[in-house]
Amino acid sequence: MTRFSSPSQKQSAQESARDLSLPNGTPVETSSPASSSSLLNRLQLDDDLDGETRDLFVTVEDPKKHVSTMETYITYKVATKTTRVEFDLPEYSVRRRYQDFDWLRTKLEDTQPTHLIPPLPEKFVMKGVVDRFSEEFVETRRKALDKFMKRVADHPVLSFNEHFNAFLSAKDLDKRRGLALLSKMGESVKYVTGGYKLRSRPVEFSAMGDYLDMFTQKLGTIDRIAQRIIKEQSEYQVELREYGPVYTTWALSEAELQEPLEGVASCVANCSNALDELTQDMSEDFLPVLREYVLYIDSMKIVLKKRDNIQAEYETKLEAAAFRKEERASAT
Amino acid sequence: MADAGNKESAPIGGDEFTNTELENNKNNTMVEEGSTLLRRMEISVAEAEKRTGKNTVNMQEIFTVYLIETRPIDAITEGHNPAPDSLWRRYSEFEILRNYLLVTYPFIVVPPLPEKRAEFVWHKLSADNMDPDFVERRRIGLENFLLRVASHSVLSNDKILYHFLTEEHRWKEVVYETGFQAKADSRIKALSATFRVKNPDKRFTEMKHYSDELQSLTSQLLRVRARVADRIYGVYKVHGNYGRVFSEWSALEKEMGDGLQSAGHHMDAYAASVDDILEEEERYADQLKEYLFYAEALRAVCRKHELTQYELETASSDLISKKQQREELATGMVRTFSFKGMTNKLFGQETPEQREAKLSLLEEQIVQGEETVTEKTVECEEYVKGAWVDMQRFKEQKDRDLREALIGYAVMQISMCKKGIQVWTNAKECFHKM
Repeated sequence: MTRFSSPSQKQSAQESARDLSLPNGTPVETSSPASSSSLLNRLQLDDDLDGETRDLFVTVEDPKKHVSTMETYITYKVATKTTRVEFDLPEYSVRRRYQDFDWLRTKLEDTQPTHLIPPLPEKFVMKGVVDRFSEEFVETRRKALDKFMKRVADHPVLSFNEHFNAFLSAKDLDKRRGLALLSKMGESVKYVTGGYKLRSRPVEFSAMGDYLDMFTQKLGTIDRIAQRIIKEQSEYQVELREYGPVYTTWALSEAELQEPLEGVASCVANCSNALDELTQDMSEDFLPVLREYVLYIDSMKIVLKKRDNIQAEYETKLEAAAFRKEERASAT
Repeated sequence: MADAGNKESAPIGGDEFTNTELENNKNNTMVEEGSTLLRRMEISVAEAEKRTGKNTVNMQEIFTVYLIETRPIDAITEGHNPAPDSLWRRYSEFEILRNYLLVTYPFIVVPPLPEKRAEFVWHKLSADNMDPDFVERRRIGLENFLLRVASHSVLSNDKILYHFLTEEHRWKEVVYETGFQAKADSRIKALSATFRVKNPDKRFTEMKHYSDELQSLTSQLLRVRARVADRIYGVYKVHGNYGRVFSEWSALEKEMGDGLQSAGHHMDAYAASVDDILEEEERYADQLKEYLFYAEALRAVCRKHELTQYELETASSDLISKKQQREELATGMVRTFSFKGMTNKLFGQETPEQREAKLSLLEEQIVQGEETVTEKTVECEEYVKGAWVDMQRFKEQKDRDLREALIGYAVMQISMCKKGIQVWTNAKECFHKM
């Protein structure tokens, strides 16, 4: 008996896979957590990931405000599903605040210095200028944290990091945080005051450094332009909101012209709403991506600086060793 | 504007008028039977030029003159192509013509002139009367004025109008000789009539309220539109900065370079496109402005009615009081309080001779008064009739013109958005190819 059904089934599965592949042809895992933002995240990951072998899924969701005697802060639910043996349970659900994410990132940087750690959203916000508890701000932050976690979770090396595991599974992270703060301080001091002199930097790293500087500058300019556009569009909006109603008022005094005038008024109102959407989308989708890349570049620059310092340290030690050899030679 | 022409585009300049368009114009401004000037003559304001001369205080000044060209239609339809007759006029002469028409035909809603000074400007347009864009828009406005007047069933037959179009010199003397300036109603007279009139025609009172509203609404609309234009300008121009940044950035990149460069060009084009867009929108603003000024003309017609009605009422009440006086004198009965009555009581009545003299004087006055009342009544009735007809004509013209203006505006907006979509689609393609 021939199985007529299977070839067509296989074909339709292939077709649907084709429909959902990335522009460069990589197929997209259709059973991944359903949300357009996660799909978007996937499109930004390394291309060589094969979606079918994912065994660790992390989401950041459900922001909640906590009010304690000392402070008020927001926590996010970090939900994990996994089949990895490194984890004791198949599912976890913990609450973390921004500090905890920051701790995790620091830990990852320290323990995986040769890897590029994805950026976190901005740490500091000017208390007077931005409302840290507004829905918009919290949602923007949540999205960025979610992106961060997914990037780490999908990273072939970082996702197996013990601190990452702890972050996802431990009830609370208090003990480790204290140590982390201290160690982080120590290291940053080292890099800031590093008085090591650098002999010569390999050309490719210099070029990369230069490029990064200019690239950051360009991104910064684009960010400023976009913000200016948003401002101009908002002011345009304000005027449109006054413009439409004048037509409506006029329509009241007219007979034949009532319909056309009201028509214009409603069109202006539609334009105003469309503009509103556009401005919002720019703020919510475009700007955060720009800023993320600026942060990425900052990370890269730190890595380059570390490399410089290591090279300098090495050269200094080489010099010192050569000097002592000479001393010993002259002593004998 | 007075042209019907192509419904898709905004009104165009006069020198592009064809015979058929002129025919349409006449239909638009609701010409009645009887030949209006426009049927017999093709009129256009073809050019504008700067001149220097001495003004009234003997100081050197620069002013603009406009070339009025006319050609008889018969000659054209017969296949000849005669050169147009032409003469130059400045804006102030148009003003004199209009004032003459206002005084001579107070029951007509006289078409307005384009604005004397640029108002409702948004920041880019200069408020300078010498600015070439302003001069061009004024040329169009003046032509529009002439076409409207020349196609009006009543106004077009005026001799002074004909002279204005055909006789360069001596026109001013001729128009002043008509003595129209003396006939103009004083503002104070008109204003007091408005307050004191007792029984104006209700339709006119309503029309006056409408004219007030039309004026305030169109001026508000023009003001807000200017602010909107300002903002649109800002948004478009800031996008030009993208062009610069992309260009600089493209120099840094290898694979992305071409895409960024092209996208940058599209951004530059986008920013540059706003100038033409807003220039076109000025035409829409001009159409609104015409009706802003028309509102004033409409109100003037209503005010004139109040004045004639008031004069009638005054004449009537004068007559009534004179008749009462006659009765009192004749019968000796004092109906109402009067000083005469008091003095009579106090100082005794007059002699019969005195009374006779007074009576005959009164009789004369009463006869005169009755004539006046009859005249005024007729005047008032005729005014009301004529004015009502013209106001109806105006209403239909206004509905037609403004409807067209709104359609034109919508078309402009659609075109602007389509261009925007095109630019962004192109830019998106550039980004895709990166």
